[in-house]
Amino acid sequence: MAEVLVYVDHVDGAVRKPTLELLTLARRIGEPVAVALGAGAAGTAAALAEHGAVKVLTHEASEYADYLVVPKVDALQAAVAAVSPAAVLVPSSAEGKEIAARLALRLGSGVITDAVDLEAGDEGPVATQSVFAASFTTKSRVSKGTPVITVKPNSAAVEAAPAAGAVEALQVSFSEQATGTKVISRTPRESTGRPELTEAAIVVSGGRGVNGAENFAIIEALADSLGAAVGASRAAVDAGWYPHTNQVGQTGKSVSPQLYIANGISGAIQHRAGMQTSKTIVAVNKDAEAPIFDLVDYGVVGDLFDVVPALTEEIKARKG
Amino acid sequence: MSLRIVVTVKYVPDATGDRHFADDLTVDRDDVDGLLSELDEYAVEQALQISENSDDDVEVTVLTVGPEDAKDALRKALSMGADKAIHVEDDDLHGTDAIGTSLVLAKAIEKAGFDLVVSGMASTDGTMGVVPALLAERLGVPQVTLLSEVSVEDGTVKGRRDGDTASEQLQASLPAVVSVTDQSGEARYPSFKGIMAAKKKPVESWDLSDLEIDAEEVGLEGAWTKVEAAAQRPARTAGTIVKDEGEGGKQLAEFLASQKFI
Repeated sequence: MAEVLVYVDHVDGAVRKPTLELLTLARRIGEPVAVALGAGAAGTAAALAEHGAVKVLTHEASEYADYLVVPKVDALQAAVAAVSPAAVLVPSSAEGKEIAARLALRLGSGVITDAVDLEAGDEGPVATQSVFAASFTTKSRVSKGTPVITVKPNSAAVEAAPAAGAVEALQVSFSEQATGTKVISRTPRESTGRPELTEAAIVVSGGRGVNGAENFAIIEALADSLGAAVGASRAAVDAGWYPHTNQVGQTGKSVSPQLYIANGISGAIQHRAGMQTSKTIVAVNKDAEAPIFDLVDYGVVGDLFDVVPALTEEIKARKG
Repeated sequence: MSLRIVVTVKYVPDATGDRHFADDLTVDRDDVDGLLSELDEYAVEQALQISENSDDDVEVTVLTVGPEDAKDALRKALSMGADKAIHVEDDDLHGTDAIGTSLVLAKAIEKAGFDLVVSGMASTDGTMGVVPALLAERLGVPQVTLLSEVSVEDGTVKGRRDGDTASEQLQASLPAVVSVTDQSGEARYPSFKGIMAAKKKPVESWDLSDLEIDAEEVGLEGAWTKVEAAAQRPARTAGTIVKDEGEGGKQLAEFLASQKFI
């Protein structure tokens, strides 16, 4: 069976959820071989084996942390040379897309980004994408070279599928470009204790209607009652009420959770672009004419300052 | 010293219009108005700020690849303050994918001459966000991408990249490719004077032969990816909408419970 390379997104050996999702998709088109790079790479092996990796190629070097993107491209190129895979899958983070693009160009291969589903096809893997603010669904494939495809978080269920997960050292020699962009310093984002926005199963968002930074506390309280991530519309971010890293929309992050709750968000096209593929959509808004109500499975026309705290209390009561 | 900045911009269908696909599964550009991609306005703005903050002699060239109408995007950038423009236009470019676009841009950037390339973080139509990295790979220069802050001094570009898990300070020597996010700073509005001045600024037109690119390398036939099907997503079926008369929170909780979210 053909091997499929899966690029591992991890933090000091802790594998992030989108990579485990990729292993599920990789099994549809071949045998997953994972590539883990940088500090803690070997520590990823157990989790990867548990989710279907037959092999884990690792390489630890300081270059992966000290320089931007290119060392990782060099390593993946070495892995492709070693394995001759049927495809290379990379999580659709900002960095993942840059890695995939440069790798594809070097391989003389086409690249597809932000796939939301993947299946085997007669002429190679077929990727489903959601485009034009999720108003269209396309099916595409790479027509030249080894398909390089990035996949959005929440595109597949994480499934346990124990496999050998044999760890092998990958031989990498870095290119001249590898050290071109130096990372002078890195400040880890302060943990809020909430799930990462793009990976979360539930997202609770606030918009213009929240009307002030301090009022985001009621959005956070609802999120915490559901174990959800907090999102914000561009209007709320531009007003300085919530950090840009939490912005959902065309110029922010694209989310696709099981449940999306929009509070005080009108639903402009730019926001819809970032959340329209959510499985279940709920909105609370004073304005019955707000376009967000065209998308919802359930909507409450009302003042979020009444509805949201009442909802939070009710959830807490039900959860006991 | 002089500094040559090339800003890559894209002319895109207006996202508030009704965007769809043509019969050949490329983006239908005829039915929707086009405009300068909003995310590229930030790139133009940062190039102009680098120019204004520099003691060097700086020339800002704005570059686009696209059909005749794409000149509108160049005019907008010129009216904001860019010095000159290059328009790459050729019938054989129809249907070019991101890899092909990066080839055309890279050849044009090399022909124009550059010390710094500034791009937006992504286009607002394809939203791939890969062209800046592809340009760095093709040009063999450092990529300093997704910056929310950027500065250039003494042949060095520095910037801040805000990622999912960390914020990084980056540095590279020129020549380099930079991309900037919508957090880099509000783009200026063209002044009346700027709009008038833009009419007199030079716009060069190049085609594939000027860039020594074969037609087979680009266009729909030359693309390394193929869209096989495109279907309009079915409209969501109308959901339940209730008016809050004191029980809205409770009713919503009931719905969430029925869907097993609680």
